[in-house]
Amino acid sequence: MKPHPFDYLRADSVDEAIKILAEHGDTARVLAGGQSLLALLNLRLLEPAMLLDITGIPDLVNIREVDGKVEVGAAVTQNRLLAWPGLKEKLPLLAAALPFVGHFQTRNKGTVCGSVAHADPSSEIPLSLAMLQGEVILRSLRGTRTVPASEFQVGMLTTARKPDELVTAVRFPAQASRRVAFREVARRHGDFAIVALAAIADGSKIRLGVGGMADRPAIREFPADSDVPDVINALAWECEGYEDMHASSRMRRDLLRRIGPVVIEEALQCAG
Amino acid sequence: MRRVNRNQRGRISVKLNGRQVSAEAEPRMLLSDFIRQELGATGTHVGCEHGICGCCTVLLDGVAVRSCLTLAMQVDGRDITTVESLAGADGALNALQRAFRNNHALQCGFCTPGILMSFTDFLRRNPKPSEAQVIEVLSGHICRCTGYTGIVSAVLEAAAANDRNEGDKP
Repeated sequence: MKPHPFDYLRADSVDEAIKILAEHGDTARVLAGGQSLLALLNLRLLEPAMLLDITGIPDLVNIREVDGKVEVGAAVTQNRLLAWPGLKEKLPLLAAALPFVGHFQTRNKGTVCGSVAHADPSSEIPLSLAMLQGEVILRSLRGTRTVPASEFQVGMLTTARKPDELVTAVRFPAQASRRVAFREVARRHGDFAIVALAAIADGSKIRLGVGGMADRPAIREFPADSDVPDVINALAWECEGYEDMHASSRMRRDLLRRIGPVVIEEALQCAG
Repeated sequence: MRRVNRNQRGRISVKLNGRQVSAEAEPRMLLSDFIRQELGATGTHVGCEHGICGCCTVLLDGVAVRSCLTLAMQVDGRDITTVESLAGADGALNALQRAFRNNHALQCGFCTPGILMSFTDFLRRNPKPSEAQVIEVLSGHICRCTGYTGIVSAVLEAAAANDRNEGDKP
């Protein structure tokens, strides 16, 4: 289908964008890569009065390192981060997870911040941000605030972003451990994950993250010598797992129980 | 700042396959429709219109994107390459297209323009891909005729041919 009519605005600066959001935030949608937004518009699941295109803002196209964190601007595409030379060294979890984000063709346009702002519970980037305890930078006329990943995503497709705020960047703390693994189950590679799993082994601790099970990423940290099947079983019941056309909640819990230990083992096997 | 209201049409100038062209569009017009209806280049096909099938894939500034998940407004001043650019002026197929013909990589051909454009971008960045890499990129497309095997063979053949003859771009 075709989108419902809307006004199109292209901002040249962050100041201009937040001024527009201050006035029209309630009825406007921010357009970056558009790889989720345009699909929702075409299906008429969303009918915003205005689209605010931020891809032409020069301040938002940078990947830079600030205080041991990798800051990714709101107009940086997923494939650009994937091709960033420091990625494997600084953010091995993202290096493992990004190839699962959509397809080659959508990663060329889809943005890292857009995926975080869209907050799909099965998405790989919000899961990675939560795993790495990253943060989201929000700007509005009222000022700038930094929100930890754990407080940003509050539910399915719902975040702590206020209507007048613009996500200008996300920050991933550079990883201490390079022992990571990422796996997901989907109907075809690149489709929405039925279950997505990330693991980081750091010293004697394991951090396990699960997407696609609850309304937001679920993270569990436990000692490496724990009874892993037990920990994962508890997590499976806690997340419950939602029902949709692709899988029952029971199947999701089962996938978590079966693949969780595999991902943890893969992370443990990685050379530190 | 540029603003085009919903009831207005804005002028959009692009370089389409190396030629400077321009036309008008409403804000809600998708790039796929703009290319076909306003610019008259109907080689790009429109399938699902929500980013799943991949047959509308074109190159935007040289990288493969879904034209159905792009607004015409977003491409003003940019470079668009479509399937019409692949064959020579005399109609001679390029190496990738020849490989598709050799390997029966298409039957009805509806999905083919998008797949050709994806691999035009991909092979430029990865001239010697593995079969697994080709399958990964192909996962961004749906073909209901071929069962994909012929397409994978065609892309690998085009990559190999390109390797033997650097001058013949895929």
